[in-house]
Amino acid sequence: MKPNSRNVRGEVVLDIKDLRVAFASGDDAKLAVNGLDLTVRAGEVVALVGESGSGKSVTSLATMGLLPPNAIVSGSVEVTGHQVIGLAPERMRRLRATEIAMVFQEPMTALNPVLTVEKQLIESLETHNIAFGADARGRAVSLLERVGIPDAAKRIKQYPHQFSGGQRQRIVIAMALTCEPKVIIADEPTTALDVTVQAEVLDLLRELKDETGVGILLITHNMGVVADMADRVSVMFMGDLVEEGSAQEILYRAKHPYTQQLLAAVPRLTDIALTHDDASGRLAAESAGASLGREVVLSARDVAIDYKVRAGAFRAAEGVSFDVAAGETTALVGESGSGKSTVAKAVLGLLPTAEGELRVQGKDLARLRGKEAKAARRRIGVVFQDPAASLDPRFPIGECIMEPMVIHKVGTKAERVARARELLDAVKLPADVLNRFPHELSGGQKQRVGIARALVLDPAVLIADEPTSALDVSVQATVLAMLKEIQADFGFACLFVSHDLAVVDQLADHVVVMRRGHVVEQGPTESVLHFPREDYTKELLAAAPVPDPDAQKVRREARHALLRGA
Amino acid sequence: MNNTTEPTGGPASVAAVEDARLASKEDSLSQGRLVWRRFVHHPPAMISAVVLAIVVVVAVTSIGVFGIPGWWPYDYTTTSVSDNGGAPSSTHWFGQEDIGRDYFALVMRGTQVSLVVAFLVGISGTVLGTLLGAIAGYYRGWVDAVIMRIADVFFVIPLLLIAAIVAKTASGAIGSPWFLGIMLGVVSWAGLARLVRAQVLSLREREYVEAAKAMGASGWRIILRHLIPNCIGTVLVNATLAIAAAVLLETSLSFLGFGVKPPQSSLGLLIDQYQNSFTTRPWLFWWPGLMILLIALSVNFIGDGLRDAFDPRQGGRVKKRNLVAAALLGVKPVEVPTSAAPTTGRAGNRERAGQAASGTESPTRDKNEEER
Repeated sequence: MKPNSRNVRGEVVLDIKDLRVAFASGDDAKLAVNGLDLTVRAGEVVALVGESGSGKSVTSLATMGLLPPNAIVSGSVEVTGHQVIGLAPERMRRLRATEIAMVFQEPMTALNPVLTVEKQLIESLETHNIAFGADARGRAVSLLERVGIPDAAKRIKQYPHQFSGGQRQRIVIAMALTCEPKVIIADEPTTALDVTVQAEVLDLLRELKDETGVGILLITHNMGVVADMADRVSVMFMGDLVEEGSAQEILYRAKHPYTQQLLAAVPRLTDIALTHDDASGRLAAESAGASLGREVVLSARDVAIDYKVRAGAFRAAEGVSFDVAAGETTALVGESGSGKSTVAKAVLGLLPTAEGELRVQGKDLARLRGKEAKAARRRIGVVFQDPAASLDPRFPIGECIMEPMVIHKVGTKAERVARARELLDAVKLPADVLNRFPHELSGGQKQRVGIARALVLDPAVLIADEPTSALDVSVQATVLAMLKEIQADFGFACLFVSHDLAVVDQLADHVVVMRRGHVVEQGPTESVLHFPREDYTKELLAAAPVPDPDAQKVRREARHALLRGA
Repeated sequence: MNNTTEPTGGPASVAAVEDARLASKEDSLSQGRLVWRRFVHHPPAMISAVVLAIVVVVAVTSIGVFGIPGWWPYDYTTTSVSDNGGAPSSTHWFGQEDIGRDYFALVMRGTQVSLVVAFLVGISGTVLGTLLGAIAGYYRGWVDAVIMRIADVFFVIPLLLIAAIVAKTASGAIGSPWFLGIMLGVVSWAGLARLVRAQVLSLREREYVEAAKAMGASGWRIILRHLIPNCIGTVLVNATLAIAAAVLLETSLSFLGFGVKPPQSSLGLLIDQYQNSFTTRPWLFWWPGLMILLIALSVNFIGDGLRDAFDPRQGGRVKKRNLVAAALLGVKPVEVPTSAAPTTGRAGNRERAGQAASGTESPTRDKNEEER
């Protein structure tokens, strides 16, 4: 057993030099990482930032020796002095966990659901001959306590599904720490988590780093997380390292145009009265938000929605009331399990309401049958979250867009094609996309096709269920801008479901904050998001990180104060 | 494709790069075309397709169909004196059987009948299984329960038993290959229905299906336009395997006397009729056996090729050409610096590639088992 060797601060624990990775594809090779240089020192957090296709995840896989068999690698990756590139698998295995460990994005898939947490924590101790039996269990329990799992000695016997999402990620972090590695690679460690949980997990990582002096390579696309955590930042774009420097340098004084553009694309939510109660400001905001002569298109009155489960019904939403007027956007915000998507599905008529009234242009969709229901559906367009799943892979884009017209028997073939071209133009895609297939388009392009399809019948209401959460920041910015522009042209009412408060601030006129199926707070965006009344809203706002290290520090402390107060 | 952009090449964004890439793309291939492309690059499947095509063409043209005469001079019903004890010769390629009928003509007639039966089973079983499976998976609830319980019944009763009972009750019609084919198809849909149902259960949760529902599409439209086309891989692979199995099933049924009856002929019936000649005139046994083998094997290989074409995730090994292409991009794989294994001198990632490639064999095989 190795003594608990404290890491020497400032010692280089991960040294990547001129890393190049290409993937074999057909007879060709596609470059994924093009000459990356990066060092991580003990006790520091280096953020590797980039959008999809930037090569950041490939870098983390190369460092762990987990690249797929069709990868071609050159360059040098040294983990605490051990060369990893070209290392025999058996020797690489010995380095993992003891020198370098990984925290994955999705805690539910990173943990084995059929093994207890104890077995999974002990596994790496035993395979690396560090501790066995009661000794190993003792270590595992203290690790769980360390990462903040209450009642660790008892809960260690439980299975992953018995923990919440945030706790699961804490367990994954505990697993990464079992053999006291010198470097931890955290690949999007908080992307799958809610903002409040994300803030807690980031707090934990920060504490652990200060305590053990482990070096962390943080791979993320979220500039707010970077501002919150990173000491140094490397920005990648399409396989190239475009810029590196301290967090302050990159976030305040970015030199490379790509970084500047990336930072400009990040929606920011600032000027929030978190710690003081600004009644006059709120009043001003509320009066500014109120306008006369609204044409209400969608209205919900005390809506309750049940899910059928084996033991009767589970109430997913209760007492939800709101109005959406033509040309306006109302946002439903909340964390997972808040019931926001459930309400959106009920508006679409995919779920029946248990109580209350839900009317689209005066008609309750769930209670309509046959022709009437079909006619009412014409007036609703929908954009889904996952662009990859929302287009039928066997349909050419043109048919995807024209499908609503075919279903409702609108127009002749030529008219349909003309309408599809018109909409493709509105979403700024070339007309020849009509004959292409979904797999040829990127996520953002697919989402634009989804918007075009939703608008093909000129709907009165557009329901957008997290339309940009699967997209890159810069792509998100273009899609949001386009959505706003199209709304101005078409004048539909928009129900926008999102967990991202900054996006909502940019887009919505009204906000409904939901938690566990209930409405916590609602009103004009200006008032709810900038002069929040309820503690929960404040907590949500404080937990959402901003891409500004100093402001983020202020916000972090405000959040801690808020939590202490509660 | 070289995706590198100059670091100093002015402002760029992922969206802009993607749009540029879309605009520069020329050929546009549907999923079906992509699958076809992979299928024609699968040597065993292509060889099998050619073999099957030759078997079909020869069987059809040699003795003709529907009263249209073929190029083979003999008829499968005319008896004559057998020359040379009925052994194969230049005039009677496959020899003659005990009452002097030309055996090539008989085997070709048997092949025709066996192929008709096999394809009828394949087509009717596939259509029925796909439709019922998709309906059960899409509507769920009591529809699903009823269809699946019926499927369970067909699963637990052995096919031979059903065939034997039907043969006894419908004594006249059973001899017809058309009746036999449809009947076997009707009783053998259950396996495919289960597979399709399972796939539809996951497909129906996809957002494009929800989108279609929200647009107001009818259940039939969703099943026929969205769900079944997306199950086509499973359906096609299974149809080919069902055809191969049907050739063998028809053989065993006819061999046991429950299938095709004389004066019709089929490959199984020929083997049954001449099993006693095995020691004296073995060719009477070998020729129909060879035909069964050719048909069953080639159809099976085509099924394998289809499966690989629909599921291209396997493979992915680094070839020399890839290394050359990578070198042009500046990636020059390093040698293993210190390796305990005697593989020194080989590039580290190449070594891993080889191991992982051999490792991909087993999941493929598992999948194979599962689909049978």
